Amino acid sequence: MNSSVSRFSLWLLLAPFLLWIVLLVLVPHLQMLRVSFQVRESWDTLAWGLEQYQNFFSESYYWRTFVRTGVMSLFTTFLTLLIAFPIAWYIARLARGNSKGILFLACLIPFWASELVRTYGWMILLRESGLFSSWLQALGWVDGPVEMLYNDVAVIIGLVYNGLLFMVVPLVTTLDGMDESLVEAGYDLGGGHGTVLREVVIPWAMPGIVSGCIVVFMLTLGSYLTPILMGGKDSAWFTQQIFTQFITRFNWEQGAALGVLLLVLSSLLVWLGLKLTGQSLRKVMG
Amino acid sequence: MATESDLSCSGLVRRFGNNAAVDHVSLDVPAGTFFSILGPSGCGKTTLLRLLAGFDKPDEGDIFIRGHRMNEVPPNKRPVNMVFQHLALFPTMSVGDNIGYGLKRKKVPAAERRKRIARVLEQVGLPELENRDPQELSGGQRQRVALARCLVLEPTLLLLDEPLGALDLKLREQMKIELKHLQKQFGTTFVYITHDQSEAMVMSDQVAVMKNGRFEQVAPPEELYRQPATPFVAGFVGDNNRLAGTVVSVADDVAAVRLSDGAVVRGRVASAGLAPGAQAELYIRPESLSFSQTAAGGGSSSLQTRVRTTLFDGANSRVEAESNGQALFARLPQDGTAPALTPDGHLELSWDPDLARVFGASPQ
Repeated sequence: MNSSVSRFSLWLLLAPFLLWIVLLVLVPHLQMLRVSFQVRESWDTLAWGLEQYQNFFSESYYWRTFVRTGVMSLFTTFLTLLIAFPIAWYIARLARGNSKGILFLACLIPFWASELVRTYGWMILLRESGLFSSWLQALGWVDGPVEMLYNDVAVIIGLVYNGLLFMVVPLVTTLDGMDESLVEAGYDLGGGHGTVLREVVIPWAMPGIVSGCIVVFMLTLGSYLTPILMGGKDSAWFTQQIFTQFITRFNWEQGAALGVLLLVLSSLLVWLGLKLTGQSLRKVMG
Repeated sequence: MATESDLSCSGLVRRFGNNAAVDHVSLDVPAGTFFSILGPSGCGKTTLLRLLAGFDKPDEGDIFIRGHRMNEVPPNKRPVNMVFQHLALFPTMSVGDNIGYGLKRKKVPAAERRKRIARVLEQVGLPELENRDPQELSGGQRQRVALARCLVLEPTLLLLDEPLGALDLKLREQMKIELKHLQKQFGTTFVYITHDQSEAMVMSDQVAVMKNGRFEQVAPPEELYRQPATPFVAGFVGDNNRLAGTVVSVADDVAAVRLSDGAVVRGRVASAGLAPGAQAELYIRPESLSFSQTAAGGGSSSLQTRVRTTLFDGANSRVEAESNGQALFARLPQDGTAPALTPDGHLELSWDPDLARVFGASPQ
């Protein structure tokens, strides 16, 4: 009796999680996997086949976009890490009392607005008639308006900005837990700044670095709004390809195949990253 | 500067705001000795150690190591290594890498490094543990790795910041003796800070007792114990009984002090300028008190007390007695010569005035 009640309440507690995983993650992905292997022979007949995947490899535009998205995402992740590390170091190690909370809040507040609003914020700054352009003209450094949007740099700026918080949080958490005397011991035993950073601080912060990188990389790879708004129609982000197939071309089979490929790419890169840094997912995600 | 001392400091001052954590401290540590700085928490001993290690800079004064001025030298360039309070072994490195870290910074080639790591591990009694992680070791073993990590670099000076604090009592007793042996074996000069007077007494050649940023007394442990220079040292180092009263007479360096209930006790004068009428404190060690039935030598001082209770603790057994509301502890000899004591019974405690010390009352 008692055990059946406790079992029932266990299922009740698990239900939202299970429903979420099954209905919103598992089923759509399996469905997509199935669709991606279906080849439309005529308007009402479907056959199994690899045509969509062959298209991906034979049509250079697809895989070029694919590689470009992967490389730019890796670069964005790396840049985010470089920018976030000093911020996290300052918040975790140097800031005291109130200023610690305020700084953390300052990182968090932009994320109260949606990605769309944040991206428009950057567009106001960077566009031809935007703030930076008019300042440059006012200072007399340029003759006419300067268009700073619609290039790769703008896309990366937007992506780094969107990823920053997700890098700062795990880094602050790991750096916060580091004993100050470890750093002091690093110096005391003869190490310089570079050595202490390389041999003591970074190995300690590795779980935070890896988990931050995974999250930022996934976010970047799968982001849609920022590349399309800040990169314009030439931004050639892979998610756009998927969107085009599903919505514009109504070619769900091709869209599904591209979606599966993106999932495989991101999983593969995350796995590779974990292997290279000698971390395990269990350790990284706590 | 005398070159035979490994460390010598003069007039060191370190202020935090208006408060001087280290207040005009001068010290001189001869080569190859074990020097302890003993003081209650907050006395400035950790700040002093950080000045020596180079993590902090003195506002005034100079630090010389083997005759070289160290004030502007950063910690990684000083011939000084430190064993941290919580050891600070690098958790991401193996034991061997922890020890090799400093050697690598000195650009010692890999083969030589391996040899020296193996040798130092042998010396601290942990042979062949190079490949273990520090987390897998016991507290005592980690302690030795932390020592080995410093000693392998052959520093002029080894600083130790209460490294035994985290160990349990039994292990601490054992490590005390071991540390002293290791110091002798390596011949390195140790500067050890602690709040535990037993650690300081057992291990040190010289002990500096520190209070409020100043050294109260610097002396070998035995002198510190037998001839404390100040009331603070008398009260802090070892157990002591304190009796407060007024000086009635001073003769031949022996002062007579009248307690508030009229009893007169005597002890050797320990601070200058003690005149009749002055407030004074008499300190007498529990082991210097004898029970009047057993010994009542001529010229001894004595006090009538009432037994409160006896505290059995093996060789350290004591009787707690009371005189005019003041608790007094006397050691109970465990060789059968102790009298049978009953609670509330009368007890006369007596002592040789030469063993008691009388100080002018410290303003409190």
